[in-house]
Amino acid sequence: MTFETILFYVLALAGIVSALLVITRRNPMHAALFLIVNFVALAGIYLTLHAQFVAITQVLVYAGAIMVLVLFVIMLLNLQNEQDLFEKRSWRSYSGPILSLLLLALLLRTVAFVSGGSFDRISPESERIGTVANIGQQLFTAFVFPFEMASLLLLAAMVGAVILAKKRFP
Amino acid sequence: MQQLLQDTLATAPLGVTILLSLVVILLHSFVKNSERAQAMVSVAGLAIAAAAAFWTFPMRGTAFSGMVMTGGYASAMSVLFIAGAALTILLARDYLGKIGADFGEFHILVLLAVTGMMAFASGLDLIVTFIGLEVMSVCLYVLAGMTRGRLEANEASLKYFLLGAFATGFFLYGIALIYGAAGTTNLAAIAQSASARAQDPLFLAGCGLLLVGFAFKVGAVPFHMWVPDVYEGAPSVVTGFMSTAAKASAFAAFMLVFIAKFDIAHGRISLALAMLSVASMVLGNVVAISQTSIKRMLAYSSIAHAGYMLIGLAAGTPAAISGVLFYLLSYLFTNIGAFGVVSIIENEKQENVSIESFAGLGTRRPLLGALMSLFLFSLVGLPPLSGFFGKYYIFYAAIAEGYTWLTIVGVLTSMISIYYYLRVVVVMYFRSDTDATAVPVTTLGTASLLLSAAGVLVFGFFPRLITDIADTLF
Repeated sequence: MTFETILFYVLALAGIVSALLVITRRNPMHAALFLIVNFVALAGIYLTLHAQFVAITQVLVYAGAIMVLVLFVIMLLNLQNEQDLFEKRSWRSYSGPILSLLLLALLLRTVAFVSGGSFDRISPESERIGTVANIGQQLFTAFVFPFEMASLLLLAAMVGAVILAKKRFP
Repeated sequence: MQQLLQDTLATAPLGVTILLSLVVILLHSFVKNSERAQAMVSVAGLAIAAAAAFWTFPMRGTAFSGMVMTGGYASAMSVLFIAGAALTILLARDYLGKIGADFGEFHILVLLAVTGMMAFASGLDLIVTFIGLEVMSVCLYVLAGMTRGRLEANEASLKYFLLGAFATGFFLYGIALIYGAAGTTNLAAIAQSASARAQDPLFLAGCGLLLVGFAFKVGAVPFHMWVPDVYEGAPSVVTGFMSTAAKASAFAAFMLVFIAKFDIAHGRISLALAMLSVASMVLGNVVAISQTSIKRMLAYSSIAHAGYMLIGLAAGTPAAISGVLFYLLSYLFTNIGAFGVVSIIENEKQENVSIESFAGLGTRRPLLGALMSLFLFSLVGLPPLSGFFGKYYIFYAAIAEGYTWLTIVGVLTSMISIYYYLRVVVVMYFRSDTDATAVPVTTLGTASLLLSAAGVLVFGFFPRLITDIADTLF
């Protein structure tokens, strides 16, 4: 048993346990915090697959930005009596499990389709593509134009935020 | 290094506009009450960018490893956006002061929107197309809601943003599916295998979603719901800018992606474009009749004009594309002029925009009345104004391509449009004004209107000035 295999089992266990905790916690705030643990565990698994960039974006975008939004929404909604949510059984509470099962079926189908059911090694191609070095090189050579345009997009958004947040307005 | 320098020079219009927007940001940050100076710097800088576009015109090719198109089509479209932005900034000088929104950020956002439009219209990679679209759209969302105290402006901005985000979703999903089918986002590489993929459902679904995204941005029926509310709620000069330059860039990218690159216009896409065109022409012109607000009327007319231009896209021949390019230029001058007159008529609260408020304008302010009549006649498509030749070239090319029925619908709906355009002229000249609200005199605004009118007249009398160039672009 190599170190990588042990690492994988630890991360996978953390991921599964935290995912179970997300759906079983009564307090939505706790559920959201366990979701962060889940995201970080997934990022670790991506790292063991040599997908450095995906791992970093997973932490930055999902565990960082998206979770801040989720927490904000929970706080804004001010769910004081979340007990009500569990008592009201609407079509929504059934559609969740059904959608999850459909997603599981889709994932299993895709995995079986692509790899024929065996996962013994990582494709050398994906090892090369997923590295930060490769992505950085692409970003500053072939994709330098869209990269710079994206920075312009951020600038435009900032100027827009300034004008909308102005104190004096007509 | 040599390559980088070469690429930067070849995309000089875009580079100059980006630098200009940075200069204006710095000017705005460090010099107080410099709004007037910012406007002047912006217009002067845009003139330099236009000169750069003329200079780069012969440099046809690609830059930044095939990401953007340079010279030719890209330069010509850049000149169009620059003209729209310059006219808008001139018109906005007195208007923004009047409505109490004299923010320097206005100029920055207009300039950044122009950079977005340039990237959108010259992107040879779907990623560039998408980012250009977003830069343009983000600026326009904010410009539409610039007067934050007005409920209508808030509604316009929010509606535009939400529906725009929805359309962006379609656009991006389309790109994702095309990437999935073709394995690349580069338009030239996709084009090479496009005919082989004509039956691939994944590729066709991607094209369909992309089509929806474009149709939303040009405001074609049935993706037009946002147009009347946004055009009405946004400040009039911004509406003029949105309805012309933004629409032109959407059409330019539309043609670049679907006609020049994918080259499947003569297949299924052509029929879809024809359907969009018919729906836009009929609905736009019929609903415009019943409008009492001039801005809503012009908004529905703008939907109808998108329909006329879509005839050219459905035909898809180089002659038709040249016709659409001429139409875009003609429409730019005409509609910025028409919304410019509206912006001068409006009062401080931006309320005075019913058609009735134009009563007696022909005698009260003969010049404004005459200019407005000129713009409206050009929108109708009366010869010898430029609006006539735009329609003429498109209809002619469509008939040559066998789209006679589409042309008949176009001509019939143009007849309908005569009624609601000329109604404004009748109100201006044959009805005495009931409430004589003084219309302020604006020097820069009038100058901008005169420039627009000059464009309408010159390109009407000498359409070959443009079509000779436009014919060589595709």
